[in-house]
Amino acid sequence: MSVKLQRLCKNLTEIFGTRVHSLTLVGGEVTLEVSAADYFDVAKTLRDHPELRFEQLMDICGVDYVTYGRTDLVDFSAGRSPRYAAVSHLLSVTHNWRLRLRVFAQDDSFPVVASVTPIWSSANWFEREAFDLFGIMFEGHDDLRRILTDYGFVGHPFRKDFPVSGYVEMRYDPEQKRVVYQPVTIEPREVTPRIIREENYGRG
Amino acid sequence: MAEIKNYTVNLGPQHPAAHGVLRLVLELDGEVVVRADPHIGLLHRGTEKLMEHRTWVQSLPYMDRLDYTSMFVNEHPFCLAVERLLGVEVPLRGQYIRVMFDEITRILNHLLSIGTQALDIGAMAMVLYTFREREDIFDMLEAVSGARMHGAYYRPGGVYRDLPDSMPKYQVNKFKNEKTVKDLNKAREGNLLDFIEDFTDRFPGYVDEYETLLTGNRIWKQRTVGIGVVSPERALQLGFSGPMIRGSGIAWDLRKKQPYLVYDQLDFDIPVGYNGDSYDRYLVRVEEMRQSNRIIRQCIDWLRKNPGPVMTDNLKVAPPRRAKMKANMEELIHHFKFFTEGIHVPPGEVYAATEHAKGEFGVYMISDGANKPYRVKLRSTAFTHLSAMDEMAKGHMIADVITIIGTMDIVFGDVDR
Repeated sequence: MSVKLQRLCKNLTEIFGTRVHSLTLVGGEVTLEVSAADYFDVAKTLRDHPELRFEQLMDICGVDYVTYGRTDLVDFSAGRSPRYAAVSHLLSVTHNWRLRLRVFAQDDSFPVVASVTPIWSSANWFEREAFDLFGIMFEGHDDLRRILTDYGFVGHPFRKDFPVSGYVEMRYDPEQKRVVYQPVTIEPREVTPRIIREENYGRG
Repeated sequence: MAEIKNYTVNLGPQHPAAHGVLRLVLELDGEVVVRADPHIGLLHRGTEKLMEHRTWVQSLPYMDRLDYTSMFVNEHPFCLAVERLLGVEVPLRGQYIRVMFDEITRILNHLLSIGTQALDIGAMAMVLYTFREREDIFDMLEAVSGARMHGAYYRPGGVYRDLPDSMPKYQVNKFKNEKTVKDLNKAREGNLLDFIEDFTDRFPGYVDEYETLLTGNRIWKQRTVGIGVVSPERALQLGFSGPMIRGSGIAWDLRKKQPYLVYDQLDFDIPVGYNGDSYDRYLVRVEEMRQSNRIIRQCIDWLRKNPGPVMTDNLKVAPPRRAKMKANMEELIHHFKFFTEGIHVPPGEVYAATEHAKGEFGVYMISDGANKPYRVKLRSTAFTHLSAMDEMAKGHMIADVITIIGTMDIVFGDVDR
């Protein structure tokens, strides 16, 4: 397996040259990182090049890296930048190999990356999901609507600065005889705190 | 001449044939669908966000609640992903138990899928027969995990406990007399493996029954042949997997192509369709049930002969044995740390994909070394398949939309997450 993946890595370096930001092979998984400017072209080559042939896009996942490796972050502007990334998982049925393709959106206040819907039709809903949950804009997507959250929802719930209990709750108001929104009444609480241990913790 | 306009119809979100809470906005030209726009998210529970606030082991039971028609196989990619990050090896017996229950839940899923699809199309009786067998499978799941549906049985490092030596039995009450109870308990006299074996003996006969009801049935064929045709090229483009891609004639199965656990040591075949229509996908599912039955029998044989541990003995990953915990200081500390702080997973990222009953079910996990996941992305099968709704339904009659929903085998816990 790993010989095959080394061949894939070699192909990727030869074909993309300087456009490769980073290329890693860890635990049997290849990760390629490219810049937002090259993203669309790289994706197209990944699908069409006979030595790569990634016919299938299995997944696009939005990630907010702002608190990565931190447990004490209060001011989110001091976190990691660029914050937002779109991570795609590609599969080649011909060669039977997989690739993870990561692209960071440059601007944290208005994250934009190119849409790959013209390359893989399955990207359509995945990009809508990443837009809905993280607010990543996909340039060139022709139907970028919210998909999972409620009609008229405000904000992007999977961002790290969005509280897990949300901002509004819904209830039936017997006086107005309709369902109303109101600010949440739940007290936020954390049962188990998030802990990152130092390197050699517990090894004596 | 009067001007005829397209009109829009709302199907769901409380339609019995929508398999949950699907709101489908259909633009119709007469009875022909011009555009189908599924509105999803009515069951969105934010599982991925919740997981970021739970420890690794606390996150696991959420997996059962995704695709609530095939529970145990959902837990599998999550456990695989955590194990890969930790570099933990599952004991061989644990691997066989997992594979066996993966296949049992595959049968469970296909029984529901075929039964309800037939129900939607008008073959009312099918669901009665398939649910009869589902009942037996629920008993197996209950015997092994204590819960009929949401078992939380697979754990990072293995499975929660070994197979039980006895099956729970029916007891006489005012609804069941002695004779009924005796008949019901006949298969339950031995241990769980005996019960499963008894089921696998009977099951091929049941599948024959289903096929007598449907495969040659004229009405069934009229409703499914040529409906929702997907070409192999489009199936790849649309990100299909599982029976949906195999129905289109591509022999792609992760159990064969990228085998995990002990699938490479088991003997089974992958059925492939030819036309890529709903009928072919139905045939693929029926044959998959037979093949799963074969795999289960092989696992039973192996499990009978090879006792052993089912969970890794690495106490940083798995809780210690109860008896040892009570008697031993070191184990007590491990127990306490495990259930309060939880396990720490080394930084890194992993994508673990398994052949779920519905297709490729993947878990993409990012860890930054904390006791909680940094980000979990669940790549659910039904979400991808449902996104092809517009393309598959276009040009078909409104009644065929029901067939297409059925053939996609969607479950809303899985679509909305």
